[in-house]
Amino acid sequence: MIAFIIRRLLASLGVLIAVGLIAFVMFRYVGDPVNQMVGIETPAAEREALRQQLGLNEPVIVQASRFLLNAARFDFGISYQFRQPVSVMIGARLPATLELAIVASILSLLAGVPLGVYSALRRDSALAKLFQALSLVGISLPTFLTGILLIYLFSVTLGWLPSFGRGAVVPIGSWWTTGLLTMSGLKSLIMPAITLALFQMTLIMRLVRAEMLEVLRADYIRFARARGLSERAVHFHHALKNTLVPVMTVVGLQLGSIVAFSIITETVFAWPGMGQLFLQSIQNVDIPIMAAYLLFIAFLFVIINLVVDLLYVIVDPRLRAAVHGASG
Amino acid sequence: MRLSLKAKRLALAALGAAAAIVWPALAPDAGAKTLRFAFQGELKSVDPYQINESFSLSVNESVYEGLVRRGPDMKIQPCLAESWELLDPLHWRFHLRKGVKFHEGQDFTADDVVFSAARVRGAGSDLKGRIPADADVVKVDDYTVDVILKAPNPLLINEWESWGIFSKKWSEEHGAMDATAMNATTPPYAALHANGTGPFILVSHEPGVKTVWKTNPNWWDKPRHNLDEVVFTPIANNATRVAALLSGEIDWMDPVPLNDQARVNANPDTQVLAGPEIRTIFLGMDQFRDELGHSNVKGKNPFKDVRVRKAFYQAIDEDAINQKVMRGQAAPSALMIAPSIYAEAKDFKRIPFDPQASKKLLADAGYPDGFEVQMDCPNDRYVNDEQICQAVVGMLARVGVKVNLNAEPKSKFFAAITAAGGYDSSFYLLGWTPTTLESFNVFQYIIGCRDQKTNWGGNNVGDYCNPKVDALAKSALQEMDEKKRDDIYKQAWQISLFDDVGYIPLHQQALAWGVSRKTHVIQRPDNYYIFAWVTMD
Repeated sequence: MIAFIIRRLLASLGVLIAVGLIAFVMFRYVGDPVNQMVGIETPAAEREALRQQLGLNEPVIVQASRFLLNAARFDFGISYQFRQPVSVMIGARLPATLELAIVASILSLLAGVPLGVYSALRRDSALAKLFQALSLVGISLPTFLTGILLIYLFSVTLGWLPSFGRGAVVPIGSWWTTGLLTMSGLKSLIMPAITLALFQMTLIMRLVRAEMLEVLRADYIRFARARGLSERAVHFHHALKNTLVPVMTVVGLQLGSIVAFSIITETVFAWPGMGQLFLQSIQNVDIPIMAAYLLFIAFLFVIINLVVDLLYVIVDPRLRAAVHGASG
Repeated sequence: MRLSLKAKRLALAALGAAAAIVWPALAPDAGAKTLRFAFQGELKSVDPYQINESFSLSVNESVYEGLVRRGPDMKIQPCLAESWELLDPLHWRFHLRKGVKFHEGQDFTADDVVFSAARVRGAGSDLKGRIPADADVVKVDDYTVDVILKAPNPLLINEWESWGIFSKKWSEEHGAMDATAMNATTPPYAALHANGTGPFILVSHEPGVKTVWKTNPNWWDKPRHNLDEVVFTPIANNATRVAALLSGEIDWMDPVPLNDQARVNANPDTQVLAGPEIRTIFLGMDQFRDELGHSNVKGKNPFKDVRVRKAFYQAIDEDAINQKVMRGQAAPSALMIAPSIYAEAKDFKRIPFDPQASKKLLADAGYPDGFEVQMDCPNDRYVNDEQICQAVVGMLARVGVKVNLNAEPKSKFFAAITAAGGYDSSFYLLGWTPTTLESFNVFQYIIGCRDQKTNWGGNNVGDYCNPKVDALAKSALQEMDEKKRDDIYKQAWQISLFDDVGYIPLHQQALAWGVSRKTHVIQRPDNYYIFAWVTMD
C-alpha cells in the first residue's frame, strides 16, 4: 500500500513538473509582458533594462527551472502587474472560488439527484420527459450565455439580485473571507452558483437516472420487492444507495473541473476569484500569476485523482489484492 | 456522525450571534453619498509612478495632486503651486501653496517637491519623462522651488497634472523612496498604500478586485463634489458592466460598447455621455525597409513612393467608417491631433476620398493591378479597432490592393510592432493620445525620424522620416508663445500629412461613459475620471 502511494506521488510530481514546463513554453506566445508593464512612451532602452531585470532574456529552460525551483518552496514570485506576491494574491482569491465551487457542487447534487431519481422512477411521465429535454439545454448552453441571461432577468428586469461582485465579505481568521454570512454576499452568490452548477446538475441528473434504471433491474431489487417491502423503502433505501457510489465518484472528480471552469462564470459576474485573476493575467501577460494558477489547478486535479485512487483501493477488495500482489 | 440537539442549538446560536455582529456593521450609512464607478480594466497600483497609463494616472490623481492641474476646459490651473514664473527660458520658479497637509498629517513643503522630482525620475518610475533627466530641481525656501533646465521647454508643466507629489517623510518612513521597483523581493508599500494631498483618501485597495476612497475633509480647496465615498470595481465583461449600470448597481462606468448605447439611453435612469476623445486613430505604413516585409512585392517597398501612400489615403472612405463602424460617434480627422487641443486644426481638410484618383496613383507608381500586403491590427485596444481594419481591407480591395488582415490581442500586437519586436509591420492601425495635449508630443513620438538613443520617433513604427519636419518641431520648442508655436506646427503638419502623406489619419474616437441620471460628471476629452467634480442627487 505504501509503495503504491509513493509510486502515485512520484507520478503526480512528474505531472506537475510537466504542466509547469508546458505552461512556461506556452507563455512565449502570449505576448511581451514588458509592453503591459509600462506606458507606450517608455523608451526602448528602459524596456530592455526591465526585461533584463525580470530575467526574460534568459533561455526558457533557465526561466522555467528557476520558476519550478522557487515553486517547490511555495515562492511564486511577484506579479508583474500588481507588484504583489503571487501567493498572496492567489490566496486572497482562493476563498471566493472555493465557496463558489462548493456551493455550486452542493446545488448540483441537491437538484440533480432528486430530478434523476424522479426521471428514473417515472420515466414515462411528461414531467420526466421535460426534465430530459431541459437537461439537454443545460448541457449545451454555454456558461457565459446562461450567466448573461440570468443577469438580464434577475438584475436588470426584476432587480432582485446583484449582477456582479461578491457583496460584503466577512473575514474568518487571517486569510479566509466569506460571503456566506452577509445578506449581500448570499444574494451575490445565487446567480454565479446556479450558472456554474447548471452543467454539473444536468450531468448528475442524467447519471443518476441511468444508474437508477440499471439498479432497478437488478436481482436484489426484485427480491426486495418479493419480500414485500414498501416501494419507498425499495427505491430510496436499496436502489438509491447503490446508485450513489458512482455518482459520488463523478462529483468528486468534477470538483476539480468546477474550480477550473469557474473562469468563465467568474468573468461574467466579475466574481473576484482565481479564475478572474487568471483571465486578467492572460490579458496582461502576467506570467507569474498564470504559471502559479496553472500549477495550482494541476495540483488540485492530481490530489483529487490520488484521493479517488486510494478510495478505490480501500473500497474495492479486488484492487487491494492487486496492489498487495504488486508490492509484495 | 450526528450532532446532538444541544450542539446544533449551540451552533445555530453562534451563527446567529456572528450574523448579528456582522450585519449592523455593514448596513450602509443612511444619507452617505457613495459613487460606485466601474471600468473595463483594473487599477494596477495606487502608486501613480508605476505605469504611464491614463486610467491609472487619472484615478490616482484623486489622491496625489500635482503642482498644477487641468480644469474641465483642459486649461492648466494652479494646484499645489499657487503660481509660477519664467525667470528666463531655462529657469522656472514655482511658489507653493501654504498650509496644505498630506492625508496623514505631514506638512507639504518644498522638500516634498524636490523629493518627488527625484522619485519620479528614479528607479522603477515609468514617468521619467515628466521632468528632463538633466534638469535641476532646487529648493529656494520652504515654499519656493526652482527648476533649472539645460534646454528651453515651454511644455515643461504640460504633463505635471499627473506628476503627483509624495510626502518625503512618509516615503522615508515606509521605505517607499523608489517607485515600486520590479526586482523588489518584498511587496512595495506604496503599491497598496497612498498618502497625498488630494480630495480623496485611499481607504483600501484590493488589486484587481475593489478600491475604496473617502472624502478628505481637510482638503485645501473648496470641493465641487458632494461625495462621501468612492468605490471602484473593475468589470471586464461588457454585458455585465452594462447590466450593472442598467440595474442601478453602479453610477458611472466606462466604456459603453457602441452596440449597447441605444439600450443605455432607452433606460429612463441611465444615459450615455458621448464626446470626442483626443486620441487619434490612424494608419501607418512601413517606409524604411528596402523590401516590404509582409507583401508579395519583392525587391522594393511600394510605401516609399508617396503616390502609393496617397493612393491608400484616397481609397479609404473615412465617412463610411464613421457612419457604419463607429455609428457616427467618431470625428473624422485631417490631422493626428484633436481640434480641441490644436486651434489651427480647423484650417485642414482631409485629402478627399476618391477611388478613381487612387487607382490612377497606383498605376502611375507602377502597380496598376495593386499588390498584396499584410495589415496588423489590435482587436482589444481601441473602439471597434478590428472592424475599422476590416472596413479598410474592403475599401482597399476596391482599388485592387489585397490586404491580409492580422488582428491580434493588444499583448501580441504591441509586442510585434514596437521597438522590442523590431517594428515588425508593413501596414498597421494605431491610436495615439498626446499626453502633453500639444502637437509637439506627436512629432516627438510618432512622426519624428527614429533615433534609438533619444527615443525621438520611438513609436514611429513605419519610420516615416523628413528632417524638415523634425527641424520645425524642434524649433517650436524654442518658441515660448503659444500662437507662434501653433503656426510652426501648421507647417510641419502640412508637410508630414499632406505633402508627404507620412500617415493616414482616420478619426478621433468617441468617449462613451454610462452614467445614472442622478450622477453628474464632467467629461474631459482626455478621458480622465475626476471624482472631485462628481455630484449626486
